[in-house]
Amino acid sequence: MTETTTEKARIGAPSAQPYINGFTEEGENLSPINADGTVAAPSSGPLAGDSAKGHSHGGGVGVPDSSRAGRLTSYKLEDFKALTGLEEDWRFTPLRRLRGLHTEALSGAAPSVSVSAPEGVTVETVGRDDNRIGTAGIPEDRVSANAWANFKEATVITVPAETSLDSEVSVVLAGNGSEASAQHVVIVAEKFSKGLVVLGHEGSAVVSENVEIVLEDGAELTVVSLQEWNDDSVHASSQQAKIGRDAKFKHITVSLGGNLVRVTPTARFAAPGGEVELFGLYFADAGQHLEHRTYVDHAQPNCVSNVLYKGALQGKDAHTVWVGDVLIQKQAEGTDSYEKNQNLVLTDGCRADSVPNLEIETGLIEGAGHASATGRFDDEHLFYLMARGIPEDVARRLVVRGFLNEIIQKIKVPALEERLTEAVERELAAGDN
Amino acid sequence: MSTLEIKDLHVSIETEQGTKEILKGVSLTIKTGETHAIMGPNGSGKSTLASTIAGHPRYTVTSGSITLDGEDVLEMSVDERARAGVFLAMQYPVEVPGVTMTNFLRTAKTAIDGEAPALRTWTKDVKAAMQELRIDADFAQRNVNEGFSGGEKKRVEILQLELFKPKFAVLDETDSGLDVDALKVVSEGVNRAHATGNMGTLLITHYTRILRYIKPDFVHVFVDGKVVEEGGPELADRLEEEGYDRYLSGAGAAVAPAVQA
Repeated sequence: MTETTTEKARIGAPSAQPYINGFTEEGENLSPINADGTVAAPSSGPLAGDSAKGHSHGGGVGVPDSSRAGRLTSYKLEDFKALTGLEEDWRFTPLRRLRGLHTEALSGAAPSVSVSAPEGVTVETVGRDDNRIGTAGIPEDRVSANAWANFKEATVITVPAETSLDSEVSVVLAGNGSEASAQHVVIVAEKFSKGLVVLGHEGSAVVSENVEIVLEDGAELTVVSLQEWNDDSVHASSQQAKIGRDAKFKHITVSLGGNLVRVTPTARFAAPGGEVELFGLYFADAGQHLEHRTYVDHAQPNCVSNVLYKGALQGKDAHTVWVGDVLIQKQAEGTDSYEKNQNLVLTDGCRADSVPNLEIETGLIEGAGHASATGRFDDEHLFYLMARGIPEDVARRLVVRGFLNEIIQKIKVPALEERLTEAVERELAAGDN
Repeated sequence: MSTLEIKDLHVSIETEQGTKEILKGVSLTIKTGETHAIMGPNGSGKSTLASTIAGHPRYTVTSGSITLDGEDVLEMSVDERARAGVFLAMQYPVEVPGVTMTNFLRTAKTAIDGEAPALRTWTKDVKAAMQELRIDADFAQRNVNEGFSGGEKKRVEILQLELFKPKFAVLDETDSGLDVDALKVVSEGVNRAHATGNMGTLLITHYTRILRYIKPDFVHVFVDGKVVEEGGPELADRLEEEGYDRYLSGAGAAVAPAVQA
């Protein structure tokens, strides 16, 4: 393996211009961080030349189509080509830091699962042949397919029909290893049930995870996925929900800890009348890569979706990525959708990528909007707040807390909201050092 | 009775061309109950004086002093100055993302007073003050200055002035960019704050029109980083008629020699 240094490109003339990771004179450089030794690093600019020509968005045998609908999905690992880092859905991810999740058999011990659930909820550990596996999800990328090929057992959580839970189902996934592993979780909200499931990821792990979420007709389900890993963890998580008729799904991602976290929540409407909310909060510190890719597939008429992800970044090489895909298919008349990402950059040396993608195949919709804004908290903000008597540390916290609080408030579980508020405070306190 | 005293203040900034001296020896004394107007042409250093009093890091004091009742203001951090009772209504208030007005006002009030305001009276005070300044109630839920028009930003500055009750208010071109109605509303706010009898005001302006609504006790004319003339309110009237031309030694212009302060 040859030593590949991170390609730092120049902007403008070849003089002493500032370097920005991932950019060349010609614009954005596709994944310069991804030369992982297994694939020859592109010698010319990746935006031109052979490497770009060979690239298809399908990443495999799928339709080489720029539409999200054309992306390859398969339960078979071998259908997905080896990753080069140039794929549309991997171009921001530092593959070298995936610790083999995309290349190795995931034979390590998966994070241990412990569930505490209110009465009525069924919790089972099942084998690969359980017929509920595969009901809501199908891998959309190689890392997810790798987990699908390698998981040994799955945890299935069922909220029974017409049951309203009076407290949350708490699932703790505790990692205690550094070998690449595979995890599988299935959550089923049966007809007209109401419930909330919290997936708490903690400890140290290198894990690719598939979470399947089934909302039967009329079900209301909130799933909160907390990534509070130790600093050395690597986590790829494909969380796919199938939304039944008139069902309401709320999904909240909170990513705070881990070396590399890549969560890809997908919601697919299987029948008309469904509602989906995808919310996310992330706080990247120095060196952390936190990536979220949301996808709402409006394949049915008269469904509503709303996506809001908010992130804060501080410290050298803190990197966040948000890519939001919304596809409104031809038959999805009466769709109402919106997606937004906002980032707050607190210090120099951070990078926030934000890409809202909206595909609309019918004009007969209620609404479709997308927005993205990345701003920085700078010295003038600080001066303004301090000129009103507010000490510097309080000012900083005020801004970040206020910014992220919008997501925390969506959770509606006071104890959890409090815990997350404290977690955000800890992140801020760490930034003060 | 408090005194804000500025003595022989020299201030410079760093520019690409090197260090540039902006204030070249300014002396001013403001007492509680007094309104001082500082007037001058663009680039004369008026706003530099305002920002320096508040402690903006861009400005370096090279000599001279600012004291508040004998306490060295220059030794204080920006937030300490505010808590000591100095308020700067900014010329260009910045938008602060993520912080609602409500949250901001309460946090600042708590910092300035050293204790949280009683919630009920505070909410009432804020509401009443907003009403008087004709600020829509829904501004309370919006982020600080975010998406506010120029006039709305200035009104919100005066709202803070009324709520925080400083010992000294420095108004940095609060009148610029305001239409006549907004100018009246803002001036009334300043006058209300002044009428409490516990505040001294330093009003920095380029134009004389705000002086129709806010009556200064003293007028100081600023040119090239120095006070070149001082007087009572009648000086403002003269400036309205004559402008600043006679203070500016432009090429070939026949000007009266400036009176050194």
